Amino acid sequence: MTTVHERVDTFHDNDQKPVGYGRMLRKEDPRFVRGRGRYVDDVQLPGMLHLAILRSPVAHARIVGIDTSAAEASPGVKAVVTGAMLAELNLAWMPTLSNDVQAVLATDKVRFQGQEVAFVVAEDRYAARDALELIDVEYDILDPVVDARRALEPGAPVIRDDLEGKTDNHCFDWETGDEAATEAVFARADVVVTEDIVYPRVHPAPMETCGAVADFDAVDGRLRLWSTTQAPHAHRTLYAIVAGIPEHKIQVIAPDIGGGFGNKVPIYPGYVCAIVGSIVTGKPVKWMEDRSENLISTGFARDYIMRGEIAATRDGRILAIRTNVLADHGAFNGTAAPVKYPAGFFGVFTGSYDIEAAYCKMTAVYTNKAPGGVAYACSFRITEAVYLVERIVDCLADELGMDPAELRLKNFIQPEQFPYTTKTGWVYDSGDYEPTMRLAMEMAGYAELRREQEEKRARGELMGIGIAFFTEAVGAGPRKNMDILGLGMADGCELRVHPTGKAVVRLSVQSQGQGHETTFAQIVAEEIGIPPADIDVVHGDTDNTPFGLGTYGSRSTPVSGAAAALVARKVRDKARIIASGMLEVSVADLEWSKGAFHVTGDPGKSVTIQDIALRAHGAGDLPEGVEGGLEAQICYNPSNLTYPHGAYICVVDVDPGTAQVTVRRFIAVDDCGTRINPMIIEGQVHGGLTDGVGMALMEMIAFDEDGNCLGASMMDYLIPTALEVPDWETGFTVTPSPHHPIGAKGVGESATVGSPPAIVNAVVDALKPFGVRHADMPLTPSRVWDAMRGHAQPPI
Amino acid sequence: MRVTMTVNDVEVTREIEGRLLLVHFLRDTLGLTGTHWGCDTSNCGTCVVWLDGEPVKSCTVLAAMAGGHQVRTVEGLAKGAELDPVQQGFMQCHGLQCGFCTPGMMMTARALLDRNPDPSEAEIREAISGQICRCTGYATIVRSVRWAAVHEANAAAQLTETTESPAVGEIDNAGQPAGSPA
Repeated sequence: MTTVHERVDTFHDNDQKPVGYGRMLRKEDPRFVRGRGRYVDDVQLPGMLHLAILRSPVAHARIVGIDTSAAEASPGVKAVVTGAMLAELNLAWMPTLSNDVQAVLATDKVRFQGQEVAFVVAEDRYAARDALELIDVEYDILDPVVDARRALEPGAPVIRDDLEGKTDNHCFDWETGDEAATEAVFARADVVVTEDIVYPRVHPAPMETCGAVADFDAVDGRLRLWSTTQAPHAHRTLYAIVAGIPEHKIQVIAPDIGGGFGNKVPIYPGYVCAIVGSIVTGKPVKWMEDRSENLISTGFARDYIMRGEIAATRDGRILAIRTNVLADHGAFNGTAAPVKYPAGFFGVFTGSYDIEAAYCKMTAVYTNKAPGGVAYACSFRITEAVYLVERIVDCLADELGMDPAELRLKNFIQPEQFPYTTKTGWVYDSGDYEPTMRLAMEMAGYAELRREQEEKRARGELMGIGIAFFTEAVGAGPRKNMDILGLGMADGCELRVHPTGKAVVRLSVQSQGQGHETTFAQIVAEEIGIPPADIDVVHGDTDNTPFGLGTYGSRSTPVSGAAAALVARKVRDKARIIASGMLEVSVADLEWSKGAFHVTGDPGKSVTIQDIALRAHGAGDLPEGVEGGLEAQICYNPSNLTYPHGAYICVVDVDPGTAQVTVRRFIAVDDCGTRINPMIIEGQVHGGLTDGVGMALMEMIAFDEDGNCLGASMMDYLIPTALEVPDWETGFTVTPSPHHPIGAKGVGESATVGSPPAIVNAVVDALKPFGVRHADMPLTPSRVWDAMRGHAQPPI
Repeated sequence: MRVTMTVNDVEVTREIEGRLLLVHFLRDTLGLTGTHWGCDTSNCGTCVVWLDGEPVKSCTVLAAMAGGHQVRTVEGLAKGAELDPVQQGFMQCHGLQCGFCTPGMMMTARALLDRNPDPSEAEIREAISGQICRCTGYATIVRSVRWAAVHEANAAAQLTETTESPAVGEIDNAGQPAGSPA
């Protein structure tokens, strides 16, 4: 079973005790274990109709004509809607989160296999699907652009001819760092290592697919929309803009969500179709995509073709890192990233190392594939950045003949250098890397593993040990730097204490399994002394929560968690004034301790927060100028991101006869600052590590030369089961964030970011006897077999 | 067509289409939404229910095929207000996060314990290997099932007047949590 190692000597003062009630059970679990969770597909409304979407069978084609007459005559059908009909309502196109546009239903062309072409609304799911078969679409097939490397070739078919004046498939260029300074360092370096590194397209594939129930009331003009969204408030604003329904008439409800991982950040055409379906029929309409629809049409992740270069001295001092990236964004730029960051936070590719120069140049292109780009717990492209740097550092270790742990330890940013500004302009808030790395090595028994490996190699057995050390940037804003379509990345929080001393806290972020109902109650409990059981957490309903940007990029704890702590302190400040009146002493003479104000020097004289709550709502007098009630609201605009870090060590065995990789052990030491609920943190880490095994060894959304998606079901897109993953060995260090009110950092994506390079580094290490320095994911047996025989090919 | 089956000990009769899947019959016709729908291809296992005591994937069973048989879903796992030890184990050991795969996982786990009351970690992993969880990384699910096994064994032992404390740690939310230095 998993061992949890603690290093008390690395703790800072405020981490001696966990926040709130530490390792407590989740408040949401009693409903889930009884099958009483309420997901979107569980919503049943009187008279509700069902919507199904007709999708393009081809990757690139002009639509010549659509005949819906047979579908309209099909039993149970209430409406059939095409792009041409939406165009009349000015609803055929919608903005994406990256300021591009995306077709709700195709009007002129289809641009990827699985694109939405028409929809049917019928009395039940089966009738709707039957009618799809009866829609006759005539396509004029066009050559597709499948290989991103060829997208900008002269004569390549132009995918986005809907954009005025567009004559190629160029999406955007982006650069960061100092090109000239980096070139100068490379020119004088002893050692330069270059490697082509591909992060193939993968998919988050949450267990619950995407869907919505739209209920438009034509009499009062109100729209209620239950939907699988990680950002209900941002979605509401965008629906107001797209559909023209006034924002105060829209209620977006994200009930229980069956996993998100970034897949539920964008607005998908299906949500808009459900709204239109309800407006057209005057009935509630449910749309729930099936698994194939989820895999072929919703937000994918990665698809970065990278060249990494690293410059160093002969004795292992890393001097500079340079990278050139070709990014495949699919048919529409649907990336969910802050507007000023078209490549997300890829700029942290300098990793955890103190270097002299860095430079990145990126070109993004359109291809005939599904849109998306930022998803699968990637922390806004940090997954790609960390994979690049941790892979290229291992390549350097190989070139220098140095142990990869030693090379990393030699180049870490030192604790006294924080806050540390990287060569690409990111200000790392805090970090103490060496203890984290040392703890992972101690837990792994690193020296002993290397001895075992040597013995096995002598016997012809293939064992590999892989290391990855990551620094993440999570918790977007501040709002002046980060926005989504003009909406600043900040989050509101409201706290009300009821007369009997129970409380409700309302969040702008939304849980997809992260346990917000528990951890946010714990944060508030720590600040205001009301037990977590007495604090109800409301989230995922725009009518009942303050505005904010939502849950993705590990931003709930860094942003909304800070808001929860600060709103509780605001309530506590008011409670102090009321207490001073109750105890007839000045405010300065009161001390706060775990749920009560005590008179300094007379600890017997005190009032609890519950006493104060009753007084705040009661008939007695309150101090001069104090309004009744005990509640507060704030909007928290973070001053910086938080920068969690971690050291991961993976041990693999490779079968020399079949090339099958087995992950024997995985040691993960995470430092996410102050830890609120260690049980939940460990759960988040475990899940991310499993994602890493999937991406490193199994998962890939591939396409054939015609643009057909080859990962369109769970029979083709392989996700780890309990048999492909080991038991996890987790540990932690604690380096609080200096700017977060309770010192916490995000953790939700750390393991997804950090584990793929550790696993690939381990496999490459195992294949060292074959002279392998790099092999691309997914490291399936056939790809490992090829690598062993010296003809490894990139996966795309 | 007309179909009659017993669902969670209650006999139900409904008029259905012959092609209706059992998962849709349970969810849409009977309103038992604890059973989920995840992949259509028998890969994810979020739709697992029991058919005559055996776990089956209800997305690939026709409702008509369940006619005359006994079906049990997650709603039929607890005995009234008393949770099954498997349900308690999942809560105690953080065996769930988003909760979507959980009903299917618990149904498989209960069936495993019914035929093997003391499964090893490897046996538990094998038993749930036809099901996918995207959140937990499986280790806590394995622990949850072990928790249930140990507690059932202890409960049985107590019936024979042996008092042995549980071998697996427990967190009590009512008081100060175990393991908290606060």
